[in-house]
Amino acid sequence: MKRRTKLAALLLAALLPCLGAPVFAAEETGEAVPLTGEKIYVYNWGEYIADGTDGSLDVNAEFTRRTGIEVDYSTFDTNESLYSKLVSGGASYDVIIPSDYMVSRMINEGMLEKLDFANIPNFEYIDEEYRGMSYDPTNEYSVPYTWGLVGIFYNKQYVTEEIDSWDILWNEKYAGKILMFDNPRDAFGIAQKRLGFSFNSTDEDEWIQAAVLLKEQKPLLQMYVMDQIFDKMESGEAWLAPYYAGDAAVLVESNEDIGFVIPTEQGTNFFVDAMCIPKGCRNKSGAEAYINFLCDPEIAAANMEYIGYSTPETAARELLPEEITSNPIYYPPQEVIDNAEVFVDLPQETSLQLDALWAEVKMGGPGDSLTLVLTLAGFLLLYLGIVVYKKAKRRREL
Amino acid sequence: MKKAVSRVYMALIFVFLYAPILVLVVFSFNDTDTKSRTVWSGFSLRWYEMLFEDRMLLEALRNTLIIAVCAAVGATVLGTVAALGIHSMKSWRKKLVMNITNLPMLNPEIVTGVSLMLLMVFVANLFGVTLGIGSIILAHITFCLPYVILSILPKLGQMDPHLFEAAQDLGCTPGRAFFKVVLPEILSGVVTGMVMAFTLSLDDFIISYFCSGTTQTLPVFIYSMTKKRVSPEINALSTLLFAVILALLLIINLRQGKMGKKAEQEAQA
Amino acid sequence: MKSKAVSAPYLVWMAIFIIVPMLLVAYFAFTDANGAFTLENIARVGQYSNVFLRSIWLAAISTAVSLLLGYPVAYIIAHSSVKRQSALIMLIMLPMWMNFLLRTYAWMTLLEDSGFINSFLTSLGLPAFHMINTQGAVVLGMVYDYIPFMILPLYSVMSKLDPSVVEAAQDLGADGRRVFLRVTLPLSMPGVISGVTMVFVPSVSTFIISKMLGGGGNLMIGDLIDMQFLGTAYNPNLGSAISLVLMVLILICMGIMNEFDDGESQGGGMLL
Repeated sequence: MKRRTKLAALLLAALLPCLGAPVFAAEETGEAVPLTGEKIYVYNWGEYIADGTDGSLDVNAEFTRRTGIEVDYSTFDTNESLYSKLVSGGASYDVIIPSDYMVSRMINEGMLEKLDFANIPNFEYIDEEYRGMSYDPTNEYSVPYTWGLVGIFYNKQYVTEEIDSWDILWNEKYAGKILMFDNPRDAFGIAQKRLGFSFNSTDEDEWIQAAVLLKEQKPLLQMYVMDQIFDKMESGEAWLAPYYAGDAAVLVESNEDIGFVIPTEQGTNFFVDAMCIPKGCRNKSGAEAYINFLCDPEIAAANMEYIGYSTPETAARELLPEEITSNPIYYPPQEVIDNAEVFVDLPQETSLQLDALWAEVKMGGPGDSLTLVLTLAGFLLLYLGIVVYKKAKRRREL
Repeated sequence: MKKAVSRVYMALIFVFLYAPILVLVVFSFNDTDTKSRTVWSGFSLRWYEMLFEDRMLLEALRNTLIIAVCAAVGATVLGTVAALGIHSMKSWRKKLVMNITNLPMLNPEIVTGVSLMLLMVFVANLFGVTLGIGSIILAHITFCLPYVILSILPKLGQMDPHLFEAAQDLGCTPGRAFFKVVLPEILSGVVTGMVMAFTLSLDDFIISYFCSGTTQTLPVFIYSMTKKRVSPEINALSTLLFAVILALLLIINLRQGKMGKKAEQEAQA
Repeated sequence: MKSKAVSAPYLVWMAIFIIVPMLLVAYFAFTDANGAFTLENIARVGQYSNVFLRSIWLAAISTAVSLLLGYPVAYIIAHSSVKRQSALIMLIMLPMWMNFLLRTYAWMTLLEDSGFINSFLTSLGLPAFHMINTQGAVVLGMVYDYIPFMILPLYSVMSKLDPSVVEAAQDLGADGRRVFLRVTLPLSMPGVISGVTMVFVPSVSTFIISKMLGGGGNLMIGDLIDMQFLGTAYNPNLGSAISLVLMVLILICMGIMNEFDDGESQGGGMLL
């Protein structure tokens, strides 16, 4: 929550109760375009766009105002559930915003449309270093939306020691107050960095060791979460949680006790979330217009100011307040970035192993078929026993 | 003494049932920044204002209502026809059909949801369409059907089987005979079934969750809300829903009370 | 002859929307990602036997608690004046009309360490309790969400009990306890059966309550299935296999319940 803009927003809300008045200057240019009847379906991470609250720019409404295209906006909470929804949920979206490794997985599986960059002139503002990244080397399928690092949020009131490594997430002192990522790559990533492995290892053993470490951690955890972290950390319900740096904007500012630290020595994850158009989209030109719109430096700046993540556009960065751009949480020094690793799409074999291990970690240890078979057989026997008993009884009664 | 004990017990049960709802309602008026959900900091209606500015939420509400109406009508029409058919079936066939009909009701909801999703996605891929309102309506009709059928069948059982034939003998077409003779007899069952289907559809989350594609219904929207930073908007929403339902129930109950009395009077006359 | 034509549309519907989906689940359960026949999915379900056991155990406790709490409620309602009865039943049903996600969420705000109950306790100077993220919290959530399903069938059976039967037993010299054990309880058995079924089935397969109230360590079969289809470990084949086993489990349980019921009433759905 942006305290700075809040007061202004409240004042405005008091003065103009029914207008939902635009606050950001960018909105005041130009007349609203009448609705064209077109619609695009956008599927994005939760809490990942400026939505007009607290005096921010309502990005989707502004897009509709400028283009006349309506936005049907819904949210997912992990890359993996986005993937599941696209593959098995029969849903077709026009714009999705997966992270790097998921972009390359989707490219490899032929799930993405090639973008027509003629329709995305604002791509020119994307900094050179964020073009043609390893997940999309020819840069045909994606346009970066944000980037960031993973670190640890902690409540200074309860966690007074200095945090310099991921080890603290295994500290029994904080049992029941630790949150953990509810998605396999991020969760395993932390265990891997603690063990000194690469995120992108294809060594079965390394993954198993990481899984063992996660299972060790599980009894200490309060919950596996994604965006519930806001709620749990802000209310003091949880004290320690690894999450994305960008969310410091919301977390640190809404509760002064919350601090953020990146365990630079062990290394962390550097991620880029990128806008893509999935195959089977219904309105490709509308989708490209939307992507183009989000790359507009003014829009991007307004958007980033609210969501707190880092922008891949220098032009947008220049429009942001100094206190954000000079803050090492959002724009860390180069050596921190250099020591961070990027997720790469895993080969299918490793990916399957990861899914199985993840289910095992979350669901609590491998059980064995015998127990299950015995349980079912027990119920079945009980059933048959009753049936037989009743038949016998009936016969006796006759 | 005994009475006092049972009074106290009932009071405790109602505290248990209503405490969470009360908390939701009270805190929907809380003038807080989202930091704490448990500290009262003054009365405010701002969460209600925000609620009505939330375009996605209003759209989810609209979707939910469209789906509930379509599902209720569809399930009622199909269910009435089905009940007629089942009623006239004999022994083993009737038993078999009834068993299959009950399946969606007995099956865990999540299995029904998953199985319908597999079907819908399969068909959608076949025709190159996507899931959306249509698939949710079909799924809802499916899981509402047994409730409709089961509320109509007993009424058919109570009906004089010769009425329908008599009407036809007197020159009615079968269709006319149905509307003039049979329908009035089973109407209360049909209406009960329809109301039930409507409310089941309105409240359903699990099946919609699996069959929704890009469409958001209110429960699906609420679910995605609980996965994010929870704002008191959700309290305001639940309060409003609760108030609407309370009002609806009161109206229905009053009407039923009246109708019940009328029926009694007619029975006495 | 006509009746056959009447039932035709429904039979078609039934085939498409009930039978075919079940067959699809079975098909997915016995094939791999490439569509080749395999038993591996079914074999892998065994890995999650602990999840099954936990789900059955928690659902059984919830059902028992619901029965213990709900039986007296139904009894008291059935023995109050007619006018009161309908009002009380409506009060019991009312919370059910509120979205269950919201109700569960409300419990979360109540039970948290910094939640309402604990704030209240500490403001009175009492020690705080740790409640959220325990199995107890999951059971509480399930009891709360499903107890109306227990009370309603019990009530509808009890309200139809002929009071003269009880009186006859009393006249014949049975004391209160004996009347209850020998007359009221056996006669209300059909209600108990459908109540137990209607609480157990949704409890054992729930996938939100455990997630919201149970923390990381108390996930249930429903969560596992959700994870395979729309969650973080995409594998619809394994998900189908788990669904299939769950279905078998439920069917056996239903069979057992039906055997207790002396063939009188047909399940509890009608009572809703």
